[in-house]
Amino acid sequence: MNALLELLRKIGAMTIDGVWRLGFIARFFCVVLRYSGQSFRRLPLTIREIYFSGVLSLLIILVSGLFVGMVLGLQGYDILQRFGSIDALGIMVALSLLRELGPVVAGLLFASRAGSAVTAEIGLMKTTEQLQAMDMMAVNPIARVVAPRFWGGVISMPLLAALFSAMGILGGWLIGVVAIGVDDGAFWSQMRASVDFRYDVLNGIIKSFVFGMAVSLIAVFEGYDCQPTAEGVSRAITRTVVSSALVILALDFVLTSFMFRGL
Amino acid sequence: MSRTTLDLWVGVFVAVGFAALVFLAVKVGNHSGSSGPIYTVSAAFDNIGGLKVRAPVKSAGVVVGRVGSIGFDKTKFRAVVRLDLDGRYTFPVDTSASILTSGLLGEQYVGLDPGAEETELKTGDQLQITQSAVVLEKLIGQFLFNKAAEAPASAK
Repeated sequence: MNALLELLRKIGAMTIDGVWRLGFIARFFCVVLRYSGQSFRRLPLTIREIYFSGVLSLLIILVSGLFVGMVLGLQGYDILQRFGSIDALGIMVALSLLRELGPVVAGLLFASRAGSAVTAEIGLMKTTEQLQAMDMMAVNPIARVVAPRFWGGVISMPLLAALFSAMGILGGWLIGVVAIGVDDGAFWSQMRASVDFRYDVLNGIIKSFVFGMAVSLIAVFEGYDCQPTAEGVSRAITRTVVSSALVILALDFVLTSFMFRGL
Repeated sequence: MSRTTLDLWVGVFVAVGFAALVFLAVKVGNHSGSSGPIYTVSAAFDNIGGLKVRAPVKSAGVVVGRVGSIGFDKTKFRAVVRLDLDGRYTFPVDTSASILTSGLLGEQYVGLDPGAEETELKTGDQLQITQSAVVLEKLIGQFLFNKAAEAPASAK
């Protein structure tokens, strides 16, 4: 009986904690938006964050995109040649990259490469009481530290996802056309014939933008919210990567079911 | 790192990112439907087979529009297909529409055969002459039926 009560109490505490955190993250988001104007007035801050989360993620994004595209080229060729329609290789590579793999894989890589770094930076600032020091000097830490990192991520993410997709299509082309010998003209013309700009490309960009918002918000929030100890920072980084991955995959399902519903 | 190198790298990153977007937009995607004005006509079919929304509308093999929506006429029990045609192309009012299949296993599309009238189709018009999709099962069934009807005659 006591064990049961204890269990119920635990479930209740977890639920309240979850709802509380959800409300806190929503309020935090509103505050970040409110002070974004202030941080945009000092644009170099945001440009610096675009460098750290965008430019420094370029290598991993480009290399992963190339390899994902090459794997798609090999696997797609293997499947399509059974149906005698290897000319459709371009369609398969382009659609799977633009609609799903580009935004999702780029988002996951971005969360682990840039999101974790942002969490660590803000978490360490909090641990070493730099955030409080700023507050004391009447510098708003949200406007000075958090908002630039948030917008840096939001701006970088769609560009990185587009680069990922473009590199992937190039990788698929390398394997399909250069290595295996699918007809070059058929590869591009079939791709162009069935990839629609608004329907496929634009929806992919919208997806990557939403993922960028989600990952950046989680990263800055976990950093800002962490326990100010060494252990707390490491936990916050882990939480950033894990919850970013879960949120990206869940959001991807929701967005896909709205965008590509039975058409 | 100095301010100017930082700006340079970010500039390169943004430029390359936008170049990738342009590559995806121009080289990979096409802009069907998004360019120019369209006009909408409808056509009623007895059977549309596997026709889907956004399937191409072709005349002489050239894509001239897309299927906008597919509905069902409750009183006549026919399928009503709305065709969004490109405003650059006009057709006579006695144009006929038929549902065709590209290749044996390809997607289905609406084919337009222009008529000879002087007046042109405009938004809201309905195509009078239509031809339904060929349903493979019906075709095979008919073929078997004919075979069965033939067999006793040839046995005699």
